[in-house]
Amino acid sequence: MTMLSVDNLSVTRGGLPVLEGVSFTLDAGRALVLRGPNGIGKTTLLRTLAGLQPALAGTVSMPAETMAYAGHADGLKAMLSVRENLRFWADVYATPDIDPAIEQMNLRALADRAAHSLSAGQKRRLGLARLLVTGRPIWVLDEPTVSLDAASVALFGAAVRAHLATGGAALMATHIDLGIPEAEVLDLAPFKARPPEQGGFRGSFDEAFG
Amino acid sequence: MIALLLRDLRLAVRAGGGFGLGLAFFLIVVTLVPFGVGPEGGVLARIASGVLWLGALLACLLSLDRIFALDYEDGTLDLLVTAPIPLEGAVSMKAAAHWITTGLPLVLAAPVFGVLLHLPAPAYLWLVLSLLLGTPALSVLGTFGAALTVGLKRGGLLLSLLVLPLYVPTLIFGAELVRRGAAGMEVRVPLLMLAGITAATIALVPFASAAAIRVNLRQA
Repeated sequence: MTMLSVDNLSVTRGGLPVLEGVSFTLDAGRALVLRGPNGIGKTTLLRTLAGLQPALAGTVSMPAETMAYAGHADGLKAMLSVRENLRFWADVYATPDIDPAIEQMNLRALADRAAHSLSAGQKRRLGLARLLVTGRPIWVLDEPTVSLDAASVALFGAAVRAHLATGGAALMATHIDLGIPEAEVLDLAPFKARPPEQGGFRGSFDEAFG
Repeated sequence: MIALLLRDLRLAVRAGGGFGLGLAFFLIVVTLVPFGVGPEGGVLARIASGVLWLGALLACLLSLDRIFALDYEDGTLDLLVTAPIPLEGAVSMKAAAHWITTGLPLVLAAPVFGVLLHLPAPAYLWLVLSLLLGTPALSVLGTFGAALTVGLKRGGLLLSLLVLPLYVPTLIFGAELVRRGAAGMEVRVPLLMLAGITAATIALVPFASAAAIRVNLRQA
């Protein structure tokens, strides 16, 4: 079953197109890893899919209320404890239980510590635990493994595989191997937007004055 | 959405949350005025309603830039926009949390501070009533300014410049209500105008604030 379908999508950053003609589909139980050099537009593409910015062209189709987005920042409140942070997001997403997420990301011993006293890797684990409490089937993750050690990467890989096994799907931008053999890889380099003189997108300014 | 309100209230009373700053600022403004204009009771009584309203307004302004800036910095705002609660609702909840932590303490403390300014006795009721009706509008209008300046470095001053003109109607009718109440005059017109401004603000401004946040979150 196709959960996310992207057709001929063009995205812009800073008013300039960075990627054009991106098309892919993501089925239930599958993971797709976005690869590409810095600045190619991985984050921009993920933010566009998450609805944080409008697409220049193309269509994104997925069922309503199915996507959970996690960006570079974890969205944690430093003065709240691990449990309070997760409880808040569980309430926002109307999911009942946070204990499975605490167990799965190995946060039991830290549950009552304030988020500001966690290490960078522990914060990241808490940020990923937030994904688990959303209960959403499609995960859109931007560099999920930043500041994680090898054991935590394995923990995260296992969480993603468990998510896929229950019919979820994951779209990730990452540079490292997550230990998810079934993940497909999409290299974004071929979709790099061409400059206007090579027939790429011409901005409205050019249209008006060109 | 209640979860967001409760979280904001909890954050406000934790360390660094800024709860009570507005109140302390209000107290200082009200204490400084008699030093500035002299201790003569008659003069103070005449300007008391205006000074109290102006002090409350500035105290409200003090904490506005925190409404969205903190959530923007730690990435929460991105996640809230993609969360299943309408952004307009989230904005309203944040305004409510700001009012409860800033506006409500001002309303409750105003009668005490009125003593410092020789506020005439009949004015106390109208002072509390006018602040109760008017301060919610200050918080909601503040979310609009905060939404416009979210993501700007040191946007606090710009925020003040954007928001203060929007506060003018509330200030005029709020202070006028207290002045007329103190003088035993008819208060219906400023009372209704003040209530009407607040009602319209609460109904309309969250949509503008949410739109401003959406624009600001784009990587321009």
